[in-house]
Amino acid sequence: MIEEQEMVSIEKRDLLEMVASLRPSGYRLVQICTTTLADRYEMNYSFDKDLKFRNLRFTVLPGETIPSISLIYGNAFLYENEIHDLFGITIENMTTDFHGTLYKTRIPAPFAVRVSEPKESSGGADVEEHHG
Amino acid sequence: MAKRNIIPFGPQHPVLPEAIHFDLVTDDETVLDAIPVIGYVHRGLEKLVEKKDFIEYTYVAERICGICGYMHSFGYCQTVEQVLDIEVPERAVYLRTIWSELSRINSHLLWLGFAADAMGFESLFMHTFRLRESVLDIIEATAGGRMIFGCVKIGGVRRDIEGSVLRGIIAKLQELSPHIREITNVFLEDYSTKHRMEGIGVISKEDAYHMGMVGPMIRATGIPSDTRQIGYAAYKHVQFEPATAETGDCYGRCVVRVKEIFQSIDLVRQLVEKTPDGPVEVKVKGTPTGEFFGRIEQPRGEVIYYVKGNGTKFLERFRVRVPTFANLPGMIQMLKGSQIADVPVIILTIDPCISCTER
Repeated sequence: MIEEQEMVSIEKRDLLEMVASLRPSGYRLVQICTTTLADRYEMNYSFDKDLKFRNLRFTVLPGETIPSISLIYGNAFLYENEIHDLFGITIENMTTDFHGTLYKTRIPAPFAVRVSEPKESSGGADVEEHHG
Repeated sequence: MAKRNIIPFGPQHPVLPEAIHFDLVTDDETVLDAIPVIGYVHRGLEKLVEKKDFIEYTYVAERICGICGYMHSFGYCQTVEQVLDIEVPERAVYLRTIWSELSRINSHLLWLGFAADAMGFESLFMHTFRLRESVLDIIEATAGGRMIFGCVKIGGVRRDIEGSVLRGIIAKLQELSPHIREITNVFLEDYSTKHRMEGIGVISKEDAYHMGMVGPMIRATGIPSDTRQIGYAAYKHVQFEPATAETGDCYGRCVVRVKEIFQSIDLVRQLVEKTPDGPVEVKVKGTPTGEFFGRIEQPRGEVIYYVKGNGTKFLERFRVRVPTFANLPGMIQMLKGSQIADVPVIILTIDPCISCTER
């Protein structure tokens, strides 16, 4: 293992409180990432302090909103706008809101598309669209 | 009172090799705010994991960007190997690390050339690119082309480098070193270059840290943040300290990159001397199940690869957070309060890589 990584499962309602406690502790925001699961989205908020990696994780259902952490970490707005544009997740109270214009995509929220069946090697599996 | 204006900067601009746009809110010649607009060439490469299996995707990863291409394939393979729990042969690990440092020298010389060009110092630009050609010759001798493409695979590397070629790299870099010093002295000591960089685009240590800046951007503020210190690949076997500067301005960022060129030359020497004999690849068995946030230090800074496998040959999720994306919010902070004439140089000193950002 290159490095130990701490994965912390939290509730969405605890997000702001936990992130607010990380900043005075000296953690920097490394990235925010979303993964499309079968029927929901998994949110990963990654932080680092002295090369120690800590990840906060929770899931949300399509249509649910997420509070922005951009008032705590100023750089979060870019990740949050990206998540909004690619996954169609609404993030409330971003310090800079591009209102869906950060990425110019032909399909709205393209990463909200998920494969309905296990993929075959031919790559020809049917897809269904979910625009969050 | 001067009138406030919004000046569009980009997406096509002589100082920008790639498309990015800023709306600069100005009061007379002073920038009050900068609003970035990206997404002109967003390719959605992360979504291709649904169509390319995890072995094939290495080729996609290394095409995220030209200059950073090798680093992306290396970082992707290393992260997948963590998920697969593959032990890569030591010789392959060393070769990967040597190519990483050659990429850093190549990238920093490219940046120095662009910086000279942005400052209107054409002869310095040409000298820098002339020296960079020698580094590209080394890359061509080891990778078969001017870009390090197709060399890394999951489980090791595709190409071995003979011992005589490795020793030749040290000799060539030692020969090149005084010539690089000659031009970097111009960047660091010449009146005209200092005039364009000193005290320009300043960001404090605290702001750089809390805005999530990475690479030479954060190290130029005095914070020795360098992902190589985790000790991935062969970095755990070599001695180095992160190169830093204290000023947090454009000049500081130039100082850090110049220091890192010579640091990389030394790292290549250390790595070549310690490279063991042996195989360069292992057979890959199974499919990825699990997840890992891999991270490596690209020339532009820390990059994150998130790989999540579901037991099939197609990854469930691949995500890459590139250094330019991390540095954009901090750059906006730096632009506030700057003069219009300094904007190109400030933007250039983050060494923006839009191909990476528009992955």
